[in-house]
Amino acid sequence: MDTVANNRSASEAAGKDTTLIYRQSRWTRLTHWIWAFSLFFMLLSGLQIFNARPQLYIGKQSGFEFNNTILQIGAENTANGPRGFTEIFGHRFDTTGVLGWSGPPGQETPRAFPSWATIPSYYDLGTARVVHFFFAWILTTTLLVWLVAGLINGHIRRDLAPRVSDLRKLPRDIVDHAKLKFHHTREYNTLQKMAYGGVLFVALPLMIVTGLAMSPSMDSVLPWLNEILGGRQTARTIHFTVMVLLVLFFVVHILMILAAGPINELRSIITGWYRTDPPEKPDQPTERSA
Amino acid sequence: MAKFQISPKLQMSRRKFLTASSLGLSGIALSGCDAFDSGLGIGGGLRSFLENANGLTWRAQRLLAGRDALAPEFTEADIRQPQRPNGVTAPDDDTYKGLLANNFADWRLEVSGLVEKPLSLTREQLQNMPSRTQITRHDCVEGWSCIAKWTGTPLSLVLDQAVVKPQARYVMFHCLDTIEQSLSGDIKYYGTIDLIDARHPQTILAYGLNGKPLPVENGAPLRVRVERQLGYKMPKYLSKIELVDGFANVGGGRGGYWEDNGYDWYGGI
Repeated sequence: MDTVANNRSASEAAGKDTTLIYRQSRWTRLTHWIWAFSLFFMLLSGLQIFNARPQLYIGKQSGFEFNNTILQIGAENTANGPRGFTEIFGHRFDTTGVLGWSGPPGQETPRAFPSWATIPSYYDLGTARVVHFFFAWILTTTLLVWLVAGLINGHIRRDLAPRVSDLRKLPRDIVDHAKLKFHHTREYNTLQKMAYGGVLFVALPLMIVTGLAMSPSMDSVLPWLNEILGGRQTARTIHFTVMVLLVLFFVVHILMILAAGPINELRSIITGWYRTDPPEKPDQPTERSA
Repeated sequence: MAKFQISPKLQMSRRKFLTASSLGLSGIALSGCDAFDSGLGIGGGLRSFLENANGLTWRAQRLLAGRDALAPEFTEADIRQPQRPNGVTAPDDDTYKGLLANNFADWRLEVSGLVEKPLSLTREQLQNMPSRTQITRHDCVEGWSCIAKWTGTPLSLVLDQAVVKPQARYVMFHCLDTIEQSLSGDIKYYGTIDLIDARHPQTILAYGLNGKPLPVENGAPLRVRVERQLGYKMPKYLSKIELVDGFANVGGGRGGYWEDNGYDWYGGI
């Protein structure tokens, strides 16, 4: 599977002893970019859908005569004019300009997530649902294709499956990441395995499951789903929370790529070819940073 | 869009431009911008393409749920608040107000269209038919949910009494409340469901809520419960049920008031 090409001319010119290896299969690369594209549209249409009811609740139903709201984004009139606020677990923050009350100067409107963060930019729940469900099918299909391909070509077993050695390497790995010291190898490091495995085997499946749990029709097929999740409104809250985690993953993912060498990292996810560090020499035990 | 100056030679149809630009990676650059928004309007090429997924969702859920899979039912302990009223909660229509003043004694439910025996039922006649009571969760398209106990006549019994003609495919609900005042006159709420949902055991014409007569804000004297779909598929203030074979004569042709304004006809998700 591993194709190794010595790329001496470039590396010798740079005075380095590096090797280009074929690291990412076409399945990994294709599904990666379809996810990136789909998640972008799912996020922006999802924020629009959230704007229709900018509250999150815990339980089977929404509390109108009782309080089970854990998050609320809204606008209120104050002595200083309208302000946007975000309230989490009873703690209220002024988020004017971004959450609750936003828009061009003089044309602000009450809306939970701002215009620039939603599809469509104006309030349109129906259209957001069309976009959201279209990409939900794309995302889910892609995840299944990736799972089958990854099981067949060994990507999951070889690159993502956790090993005992991963646990042993974890402390060192955390320290290296904190120091922005990266090793370019064929294998993912422990934190990478946790991040990618967490997104692909936990976060995305959880998004699909909580999404289905919100569908009244699916509830007639899988009535136990909401019972496990704690009720439809809890499912909706989990859906939102995992969205926040996926956005955090995206931010860290981009930062790590920039820190580890964006050209090499991007080349590997576009062409599959990745430049690895030279093998460590026994007389030079110190590891080289990126 | 207006900001872009495209020379006539390079000009392509807006539909092609929007499809290409939004399906290409440049879609990211267009997020939230006017060009992308306009391609998503009802009838737009891009939107029509994306709406294919709704048809897929409908077929997939129908395949999985079949005809009779029941929506979850809850217990009395889950009724923790009055049913939240939504949409029109106090119809301002003279006809409705006249009927309400007389406690709906003059109200009738007409059953017409593609039926062998058109009906005109009083509230008493409906209430004398076998009833079903169910504690179910109302899910609004906006995202909220509310659990309540509904009592009503199974729609299938009414359909059996009227004898549905074989060519009928949908049940259309005509309502008494004006949902929108347009230049061409008042638009009263309307909607459709197919005969599978119409004959679903939990699909009832509800006249009771939480053990009491259905209040005005929740749709008195009669509203539909379609428990495997979202709230906008359950019209309130019913006056007529019409069996139809398509959406051609249903409002703007998409099968309902909210559907004509961009919601999916299938509200199961």
